[in-house]
Amino acid sequence: MSIVTEQLNRTIAPVIKDATEFELKLKPYEKYVLDNGVEVYAVNAGTQEVMSVELVFSAGNWYEQQNNIAAATNFLIKNGTKDKTAFQLNEHFDYYGSHLTRGCYNETANIVLHCINRHLATHLPVVAEMITDAVYPQHELDIYRQNMQQRLTVNLKKCDFVAGRLIDEYVFGKNHPYGVYSNKEDYDALQQQQLQAYYKQYYTEGKCIIFAAGLLPADFAQQLNSTIGQLPLNKKEIPAIVHPLAPAEQMKYRIINDEKGVQGAIRLAQPFPNRHHPDFQKVQVLNTLFGGFFGSRLMSNIREDKGYTYGIHSYILNHISTTAWMISTEAGRDVCEATITEVYNEMRDLRDELVDEEELQLVKNYLIGTILGDLDGPFHIIGRWKNLILNGLDENYFYNSVNIIKTISAKELQELANKYLQPEKFYELVVV
Amino acid sequence: MIQFERYTLSNGLRLLIHKDAATPMAVVNVLYDVGARDEDEKQTGFAHLFEHLMFGGSINIPDYDEPLQLAGGENNAYTTNDLTNYYCQLPAENLETAFWLESDRMLSLAFSEKSLDVQRKVVSEEFKEHYLNKPYGDVWHKMREMAYKQHPYKWMTIGKELKHIEDAQLQDVKNFFFKHYTPANAILVVAGNVETENVLKLAEKWFAPIPSGEKYERKVPQEPAQTEARRLEIKADVPLDAFVKTWHMASRLERGYYITDLITDILGGSASSRLYEQLVKGKKLFSSIECYHFGSVDNGLLTIEGKLVKGVKIEDAEAAVNEEVQKMTEQLVDEKELQKVINKTESTILFEDMSVMSRANSLAYYELLGDAELMNTELSKYQSITAEEVLAESKKIFDERNSNTLYYLSKN
Repeated sequence: MSIVTEQLNRTIAPVIKDATEFELKLKPYEKYVLDNGVEVYAVNAGTQEVMSVELVFSAGNWYEQQNNIAAATNFLIKNGTKDKTAFQLNEHFDYYGSHLTRGCYNETANIVLHCINRHLATHLPVVAEMITDAVYPQHELDIYRQNMQQRLTVNLKKCDFVAGRLIDEYVFGKNHPYGVYSNKEDYDALQQQQLQAYYKQYYTEGKCIIFAAGLLPADFAQQLNSTIGQLPLNKKEIPAIVHPLAPAEQMKYRIINDEKGVQGAIRLAQPFPNRHHPDFQKVQVLNTLFGGFFGSRLMSNIREDKGYTYGIHSYILNHISTTAWMISTEAGRDVCEATITEVYNEMRDLRDELVDEEELQLVKNYLIGTILGDLDGPFHIIGRWKNLILNGLDENYFYNSVNIIKTISAKELQELANKYLQPEKFYELVVV
Repeated sequence: MIQFERYTLSNGLRLLIHKDAATPMAVVNVLYDVGARDEDEKQTGFAHLFEHLMFGGSINIPDYDEPLQLAGGENNAYTTNDLTNYYCQLPAENLETAFWLESDRMLSLAFSEKSLDVQRKVVSEEFKEHYLNKPYGDVWHKMREMAYKQHPYKWMTIGKELKHIEDAQLQDVKNFFFKHYTPANAILVVAGNVETENVLKLAEKWFAPIPSGEKYERKVPQEPAQTEARRLEIKADVPLDAFVKTWHMASRLERGYYITDLITDILGGSASSRLYEQLVKGKKLFSSIECYHFGSVDNGLLTIEGKLVKGVKIEDAEAAVNEEVQKMTEQLVDEKELQKVINKTESTILFEDMSVMSRANSLAYYELLGDAELMNTELSKYQSITAEEVLAESKKIFDERNSNTLYYLSKN
């Protein structure tokens, strides 16, 4: 008897399960409401003894009357309370290997704690203290102002930084929270009392939601309630503020920021509706095909065929009230115009020709695979939930999105390309 | 504790399996024992350029990315001065696709002129984007050249000059591949929702038939002890003066490495660290300051780097840095401060180990260092470090003769 071994044929791909056959489940959250009305969304999962607690305040630059107040108030919330200096606050978290970070966005600003579970009880009272007792010392504001101004002067030398600011201004207008950017004088104008007032209104007595994830302690809800739950939050309605959009009239811009620059930062953008628009989720698929992943049309042509750039990407900005569809790259100075021409050529192909089944299947499988990988681990799961909840959406949106990826047709994608991927709708900017 | 199993295939390829049933995904990580330190000084940037070429098609498969994306997968790679690492993640059911793709490019690349031509341009743009077209972008070119006279750490992963990349020829690419990209020089880690039996079967099927290749013997000249302080002053079109100073430090497996890692955390790395508290907040000499090292396998560089507040004289800034460094060599760090940086290390390890991709990465890296099991003993090494050891190591490192100082001054 002889054993016949089959010769391995390396040209034939192994059989795969189409990712579109996978069933995706978004693990549900648990929800509690603290004594003061603060809503808590929690995902209890994971393998390591670590967790995150994110306090989201309606305190972004949407609510400020003067540039940079929101960002400065958020940053300096960690730089001193009635009882603790900035150093003592930092040392408190650092000692336990924990991270207390903060960030300021458009509608929201947050305080985020990452720690090993057993240290949570030590940290929560200090987080509460930061929400009620931050003092905004003058010397801390002075150092912040000086260092931010210095950082700005360095950033203004970078073509990608300058381009990022200008394109937002063209799309949204420079007085809109999505289009505004920092100038040196804005930092000069910051006053201690302004920060203290903003802090009182939007943090101490502000509107707060909590997102938590990790292997949460059994008494997590009680721990939160006895600390954050006792603060004077959520007492007042936050003001309803409408910011009119002021998109620029001129569509094309070429700017020299650095005479000796060897690359240009290219940004193309068109205004786009928010997640509640019926086209939004479908356009996510079209965008992926166009410039949303390594195998996209833009990458394949402009990086992998022409070698004009290290990377080119398209994406929908993560804004809540309205947004924009953006294409972004840094390309060799002498090939910037050629790059823009190729971007428009790719738009034309998507308008004129149906995407073939193989490429469509690839994009679908890629997207589903990404979501599957991205639902891995408690921090990723709560991140999805947070995005849904802050945008006024629920799990139906998630499942609908998965369904759209699985079922969208080449014809629908072509129709969307004809509706949106029209060069004359795009602002066009090159900063060298 | 990170559990794993270890096997060696008949061709010398090392295989580690790490199971985690909590994820629906599988990770395949292939680490090649080659980095920028293995390059010829006249042909630098090659290990990294090569990383790009690994996506330009292999001998039997015209495109790496497409089939992987079709299987719902994602991938990336990175090159350091020490190693090159490729990793992909995909739904566990489609694990074999990753075996098929990774084994074919270990067998041989397609070596197409077109791919080389395009990737030369792409890497040139990467070079420009990160090192030429950014203020302070060439700091590390200058610093490495000053600090290393013998060791190939004297050039950066991206390469010494753009020209080396622009001049790369297809024959060079082939030579490099057959020298370094062999089973004998690689470590394969398969992790996630996988079964041992199946992984072994797939490894046998796809990787075992690849010829072993010659084991590359690394002959890297080690850097002799530095005996004289080195200094360099440059003027450039930047808005602020910057100060960068480095000291030679221990290699990755020495105890001194772990101690130095804690020293960098005591000095920099957080808002309660000494340099930030004293020089940014207290004396207001710097608008930002950091202390770090690169985690190099051979002897690395402890680095202090900061941007000066406009108007501050750089000599004053340097004196203040030296004063903090001096303290490290004269006074025992107190127990609370030492415990703080050990706790930070514990937390960093726990957070890193959350993702299966990161665990697979670490296993491959520690196996490269000699034994994947090192991954499980790292924390206890840090925990056993004493204040006396920190003092002794500080004395050893912070000797002015062992230092390299760069004044990066604003022309304006």
